[in-house]
Amino acid sequence: MATVVQAVRMALHVGEERLGVTDIFGEDVGPPLGGVFTATQGLKTAWNSPLDERGIVGAAMGLAMAGQNPVAEIQFCDYAYNTIDLLKLAGNTYWSCAGDWNVPMTLMTPVGAGIHGSLYHSHSFDAQATRIPGWKIVMPSNPRDAYGLMLSAIADPNPVMVLLPKALMRARAETPDEMIPGEPEDARELRKRIDAPVGADREGWEPNWPDTALELIPFGTATIMREGSDVTVVTYGRLVRVAMKAADVLREEEGISAEVIDLRSLHPYDWPAIEASVRKTGRVLYLNEDTEITNFGEHLVRRTCEELFGELRVAPRLHAGAHVPGIGLAEALENASVPTLESTLDAIRQLARAPEVGRSMRDVPMITRKKPTFDFTLDPRELSGSVIAPALFGRSVRYR
Amino acid sequence: MTPSENPEAKMTDMSADVSPSRPPRAPADQPRLPKDQLLRIHELMLEGRVLEERLIRMQRQGEGYFWIGGPGEEAFNTCLGLLVKKGQGLDHDYLHLHYRSSATLLAMGAPSIDALRQMHNTATDPYSRGRNFVGHFSKREWNLAPITSPIEVQYAIAIGTAIAQRRHGGDALTIVQGGDAGTAEGDFASCLVWASRPGAELPMLIIVTNNQWGISTPAETQHGEEHIADRGKAFGIRTAVCDGNDPETAWHAIAEAMEYVRKERKPFLLEAYVSRLYGHSSSSGSKYVSEEVDCLVELEKKLDARGWRSHEESRQMREQLEGKMQGWYKQVLGEPKPTAEEIWDYVFADRNIVGGES
Repeated sequence: MATVVQAVRMALHVGEERLGVTDIFGEDVGPPLGGVFTATQGLKTAWNSPLDERGIVGAAMGLAMAGQNPVAEIQFCDYAYNTIDLLKLAGNTYWSCAGDWNVPMTLMTPVGAGIHGSLYHSHSFDAQATRIPGWKIVMPSNPRDAYGLMLSAIADPNPVMVLLPKALMRARAETPDEMIPGEPEDARELRKRIDAPVGADREGWEPNWPDTALELIPFGTATIMREGSDVTVVTYGRLVRVAMKAADVLREEEGISAEVIDLRSLHPYDWPAIEASVRKTGRVLYLNEDTEITNFGEHLVRRTCEELFGELRVAPRLHAGAHVPGIGLAEALENASVPTLESTLDAIRQLARAPEVGRSMRDVPMITRKKPTFDFTLDPRELSGSVIAPALFGRSVRYR
Repeated sequence: MTPSENPEAKMTDMSADVSPSRPPRAPADQPRLPKDQLLRIHELMLEGRVLEERLIRMQRQGEGYFWIGGPGEEAFNTCLGLLVKKGQGLDHDYLHLHYRSSATLLAMGAPSIDALRQMHNTATDPYSRGRNFVGHFSKREWNLAPITSPIEVQYAIAIGTAIAQRRHGGDALTIVQGGDAGTAEGDFASCLVWASRPGAELPMLIIVTNNQWGISTPAETQHGEEHIADRGKAFGIRTAVCDGNDPETAWHAIAEAMEYVRKERKPFLLEAYVSRLYGHSSSSGSKYVSEEVDCLVELEKKLDARGWRSHEESRQMREQLEGKMQGWYKQVLGEPKPTAEEIWDYVFADRNIVGGES
């Protein structure tokens, strides 16, 4: 039973063997370390780059444009800020040259708080990332999703960013659904096979990869983690498990039935899943840990108001990180900066108990969007869970 | 002292410390390229100049929003374009150029009318379909990566095509070019670092066309290094400095640098002194700067003196090219513009074009 970081590693191995990955690189990504979180141990195409994030992103772009299939890592998203104009360029290349060049690169980076990382190992990147058009952005919350979304990122002909919640790197599957098809059930067996030994034994070590399946998780498909009827909680990444825990506590102790949606994919995102849930509950909480001003959840609040106003029983709410310049090291400081179980319980409770606004308030004319930002041509309900969907990728996936 | 006054002086000063690969400076009257070849270079330079002058006029007449381009870089860029191993894929040279590269494109065989289309932002503009400024070319068929407005990013992106070419082998290389001001950005340092990693050296021709200006800021007020090329020496990168205003000098400097990179599979940093004949862009007036060395004027003097092409013949050739340009310009004015719905096109690719899917 894999951890998230082992899942990433196995996906990269399958990417090398079956999707043509040519380069997995970044600071300390190659041997001997194999990544500061061990995400890239034992991979045959992994190599160490100079300590230069702009060089890493630029090299990935150039490799992609030269027909290679690169996966680059920024060691912590906190250090990706000096690459933003290159990320913008990767996102606008296909558009600016009107389809002459696409940029099929994958960028992975650990994000978020929860490891006592102080100012420069606690940043989130989802608000920044979703501000850069032309990228697909995913953020898994369990090993199965990390595996399947990484494979989708590798197979996609566009730049794709995989945001990995660093506090979940050692998290394992909580249900059979979160297990990777083909992985050994015994965690110790898997560790023996694919974790590099520490110390002198590492010299000459080779991994013994399990035969995991090439099963991709399509972009734009959310998962309903808890079904409920009173409140909808839309979240992703580290806070998915926090929201699930909160939902369980509230159901048991206070009789509040919360539905928890793991968005998994931030762009494109599964609007139909949000819409269906909000139509049912009329109460929605958007939950993430990035700072709250110009937060991705604010976009979702805005769209909810514009398109689902008549369905709402109370005002939609965002619970996100405090808009302060950093995340402090001391426990009290970190806990006051990002959502916790306690603050999430409060937010859901308040939303569930808020008095319903009058029907007349909700009978305002709806704004019709001129053009969706992303066309969902497939019904995401058919795609929920983990499926192989080569059709979704068309010719971009070549199985070898 | 204006920056335009001293390229020759600098050339003399630097002779002691340039790399041994730099060709010795020959007397001006001694031919260093065959007659036919130099006449072809002259014709291409002339078309490049006539094109840029037409583009400047279009901007002034309101037929384009902004002009930026390469008058003053024709001698060097024409030679570069002719020396490229042109084609698609790893067996051919990759080009990461800048927005003063019109002469390189013409020398490679791009038609002038396509630059006029980009200036007029028509739907027929093959480089960006009316999305980008003039001079922002893109041509995957020739490994020409999209040219962008940031003046440094190409130095980071070029690392990637060069890594792919190192792995692939053969003799093709990655060419990356920018101006002197842009070398102050970190991406230029990234390029030097990545190109010279021990045991992983990259087959890369790193070019700095030094016009000694960054918009309105003279290079001498911002650069403590004597030559930008000297920065390569710290990395063990072979370097040279050349007079980019003389096509015979530029030709040999580029050819020798390329030969080294093709054979040794290691980087070469080539700095070429050029002029900026119409200022930075339309935002700075785009007026002819008569104090700077004009590579076309100098070449025409030389051709006349050698009896290869008289001033009168050059004048007639220019008139003919202006006539052709006028015709193309009129054609472009009648071509369609992009429509509003097109903003949604090319946001995401549905297939891997660069991976060979069509």
